[in-house]
Amino acid sequence: MIAALRNVGVDYPRGTALGPFGLEIGAGEIVALVGPSGCGKSTALRLLAGLEAPTRGEVVRAAGRGETAVVFQAPTLAPWLSARANAALPLELAGAPRAAAVQRADVALARVGLAGAEQARPAQLSGGMAMRVSLARALVTEPKLLLLDEPFAALDEITRRALADDVLTLWAEIRPAIVFVTHNVEEAVYMASRVVVMTRGPGRTAGEVAVAGPLPRPPGHRTTEAFRSTVEAVSQALAEGMAA
Amino acid sequence: MRRLVELAAPLLLIALLLGAWEWACRAWQVPSYFLASPSAIGAALVADAPGLTKAAWYTVSNALLALLIASLLAQALALTVTLSPILERAVQPLTVVLQVTPVIAIAPLVNIWAGTDHPGRAIVALATIVAFFPIYSGAVTGLRAVDPDLMRLFDLYGASRLQRLARLRAPSAVPFVLEGHKVAAGLAIVGAVVAEFVAGSGKVQGLAWRILDAGYRLQTARMFAALFVLGAMGAVLYALLQAAERAGLRWWRGR
Repeated sequence: MIAALRNVGVDYPRGTALGPFGLEIGAGEIVALVGPSGCGKSTALRLLAGLEAPTRGEVVRAAGRGETAVVFQAPTLAPWLSARANAALPLELAGAPRAAAVQRADVALARVGLAGAEQARPAQLSGGMAMRVSLARALVTEPKLLLLDEPFAALDEITRRALADDVLTLWAEIRPAIVFVTHNVEEAVYMASRVVVMTRGPGRTAGEVAVAGPLPRPPGHRTTEAFRSTVEAVSQALAEGMAA
Repeated sequence: MRRLVELAAPLLLIALLLGAWEWACRAWQVPSYFLASPSAIGAALVADAPGLTKAAWYTVSNALLALLIASLLAQALALTVTLSPILERAVQPLTVVLQVTPVIAIAPLVNIWAGTDHPGRAIVALATIVAFFPIYSGAVTGLRAVDPDLMRLFDLYGASRLQRLARLRAPSAVPFVLEGHKVAAGLAIVGAVVAEFVAGSGKVQGLAWRILDAGYRLQTARMFAALFVLGAMGAVLYALLQAAERAGLRWWRGR
């Protein structure tokens, strides 16, 4: 177990945002959190990251500081820094010597397919490339827990499919546990080994669907019968969660 | 061709207006102390060129010195208040009062403090006061205008207060600070000219003094000539700072 939410609830001044909600993440597994807008998916992710504290319940984090990484919906890069300096930032903030940080940043950029673009500034990159820099920055510390908050929502379909495959390839290399939030059911089923479906806000667990099949996905996986029926099962659970 | 027309259009309009002005002065025999003709202004510009150049340098050098002082003070104060929200609250009413008080109203007081023997000090001080605010408020706004997700990322990696300031807040503020300097440069000239008017003695030989002096003698053409130089100077300074802002942003963003 790498992280867990136990019976957590989060209250904001305007009302309850999440819970009671529970979730356990095993080392190296990929979990997708799916639910309607405003169900508290992103709040759950921030609890796992330690960026927010729950009002009720308990958050267990086995991954320490520097072992957890977050990728946000937008690339969230510093515009005044090169791709290399952006990717090196987590290491430099932790006090790593510059030369070592830069070297590891270059490795991370190469991993996400951005070798040669180290000097580019975010403004010179396409949306997909900027997202890759963001991914490189998250991977540079070789985290044990990688949290993705609707990371591909702003990208076009082709780019998001390519990035989904890249994330799975990277996962196979580094084997972090991944929790990612999405409201795209197909994306959830494609990328995860387990899909947790949430109810309308304040979100509770509406259901859980195990996803079979090898990761990373083989070509043509989206057209298989197993894939289609799992997507159907998740959609069903989502519809029931909406009604609940 | 279209570009040529676009370039020529404002020049043509100016030429037309000047022509009409010249014609009106001659046709209606307007007294020269009331309204000087463009040809007389041109002649005054040429005749006064050495004196005007000196006066323009006097005014602009004071304004630039004030801009430099204001820039340092404003950025230092902005950084300080960013570190302490309590201090920011404490400073805010003072900065607002000083900002909304017209510079011309404080000028006589600053003149006394600077001493009548040192009108230059009063001019620099007043120009500094007016140039201070755009830079200060730009810097304060910029230091706060940080992408909240980037802030979370710094939280996640356990960044210290100093790291947050030096590696996140300060660089985020750069575009706002550049914009502040552009606005401040124009205001510094205004401040310098206002202070010169109030100082009004023969020791202050800036452009404002030239305008006053020519006015006392009813030499309207010389007044216009000094005004023309003042306007041109302001426009050039603005254009320079705009270019500097563009270059700064290109450096900041990398394109």
